[in-house]
Amino acid sequence: MVDTKVNLLGITLDNPIIPASGTFGFGYEFAELYDINCLGTFSFKGTTKEARFGNPTPRIAECSSGLINSVGLQNPGVDKVIAEELPKLAKVFNKKVMANVSGFSIEEYVEVCSKLNKCNQIGWFEVNVSCPNVHGGGLSFGTSPEAVAEVTKAVKKVVTKPVILKLSPNVTDIVSIAKAAEDAGADGVSLINTLMGMRINLRTKKPVIANKMGGFSGDAIFPVAVRMVYQVANAVKIPVIGMGGVSSAEDVIEMMLAGATAVGVGAANLVNPYASRDIVNDLPRVMEKYNINSLSEIIGGCK
Amino acid sequence: MKQGLFEIKKNVQIAKGVMEMHLKGDTSAIVNAGQFINIKLDGLFLRRPISVCDLNGDTVTIIYKVVGKGTEQMSKMTAGTLDVLTGLGNGYDLSLSGDNPVLIGGGVGVPPMYLLAKRLIENGVKPTVILGFNTKDEIFYEEDFKALGLNVYVTTVDGSYGIKGFVTDALKDIDYTYFYTCGPEPMLKAVYNASKTEGQMSFEERMGCGFGACMGCSCKTLTGNKRICKEGPVMKKGEIIW
Repeated sequence: MVDTKVNLLGITLDNPIIPASGTFGFGYEFAELYDINCLGTFSFKGTTKEARFGNPTPRIAECSSGLINSVGLQNPGVDKVIAEELPKLAKVFNKKVMANVSGFSIEEYVEVCSKLNKCNQIGWFEVNVSCPNVHGGGLSFGTSPEAVAEVTKAVKKVVTKPVILKLSPNVTDIVSIAKAAEDAGADGVSLINTLMGMRINLRTKKPVIANKMGGFSGDAIFPVAVRMVYQVANAVKIPVIGMGGVSSAEDVIEMMLAGATAVGVGAANLVNPYASRDIVNDLPRVMEKYNINSLSEIIGGCK
Repeated sequence: MKQGLFEIKKNVQIAKGVMEMHLKGDTSAIVNAGQFINIKLDGLFLRRPISVCDLNGDTVTIIYKVVGKGTEQMSKMTAGTLDVLTGLGNGYDLSLSGDNPVLIGGGVGVPPMYLLAKRLIENGVKPTVILGFNTKDEIFYEEDFKALGLNVYVTTVDGSYGIKGFVTDALKDIDYTYFYTCGPEPMLKAVYNASKTEGQMSFEERMGCGFGACMGCSCKTLTGNKRICKEGPVMKKGEIIW
């Protein structure tokens, strides 16, 4: 019997598979298809203070081996998430869930995290720093080590659960951002968020996406993600959740060899709704193939 | 929703640039007229959402226009199997039809009207049918609707067949208790403005997943935000914001 368990910041996961935020809703849509308790956990839809519709449509564009999205954090707002989405999730998921939080100001991150910190269902915070800072000239928090440190410190002050910073790959030096998060007290980092991309319609000569640009994800970005996870894992002592283009059990093992403690599955869920479950089921076979007895032993195994 | 492998039984051209495909597999998740299926194609990342035209036991009929890479690839298939998600979207609500509804299909918005017509007939309701096309070469399914014993009006924009003009040019001269429509958005808007009754219209939007997970195809309605793929594609006239 192979051992797929990993420990993520004090909580044991049955396996390292974590459907990524924005590709798994609040879980219950997928629970209609399979028992989502087979997952390690999942990261719920990015939650903000107020309800958001997000960006204008069209907000999806297809690419070779991936897609661009500019959904723009559509969510019902933190109060409704607590009052409606989490009780619905409790009926189908008995594990701790990861709370993905977004904000457009430090105050917003603090308020949303404080409210969610009271929910027993939540095991970890995943703080998305890819949205623009309205007080910082619209530049994304995630592009500056100082801004990432500021968000981290502010959130850490008001919550008791572990705080994982979700990092943007759209930076010159992701290692300096990860270190800034670690120095500011982050308990972990997750990466990579989507890569900025764009498509143009040849007939209309206009961008396919109404917002012109969006986040590129899917199989195509896997090598970029592996590289960044490897760089960050070798530079920080806190755990790394690796994600970006993961679509098979082999990809999961590769991410863990690069240094990931747990592994996010994103765009794959949108093409095959059973993708995360299939990866969980396939892990033991692939572990045996590569003579791996325990997944936790291979973390950072690539030197 | 169900995922399954479907065998291609037929794939033929039925009008200029328009193909009809028959797929055999587990169709049990397809419940309502106006629902769609989502097809995975080799080498393409996202699935292709296509509305259900007809359902006969374990065989589902779809009709699609060849407009891009995906439909181009589909048009060349003669055999083999496809990975398909079935039973997606809400579909039309038959209960509001009254005894004389009108079905209005424009271009590749015609297909969902066919299963809807069959379902209404099963309920003892005989709808009137308006089919709108650009030109004579693009017309399909006129005879199929007539074979159901229905009164069918065909319009063409260039006047090369039937009534010259738009579906609304046929609509203004008939009586009806309710309308059901599917077609390009400008046509839907024209029907919305010209219609004398309540009705239901099916919308299109670029989709990521097609089953409610990615929030890619959301729209605003008077009854809140809706996902075209999940709470749609069919909306009631009274909830639409243009």
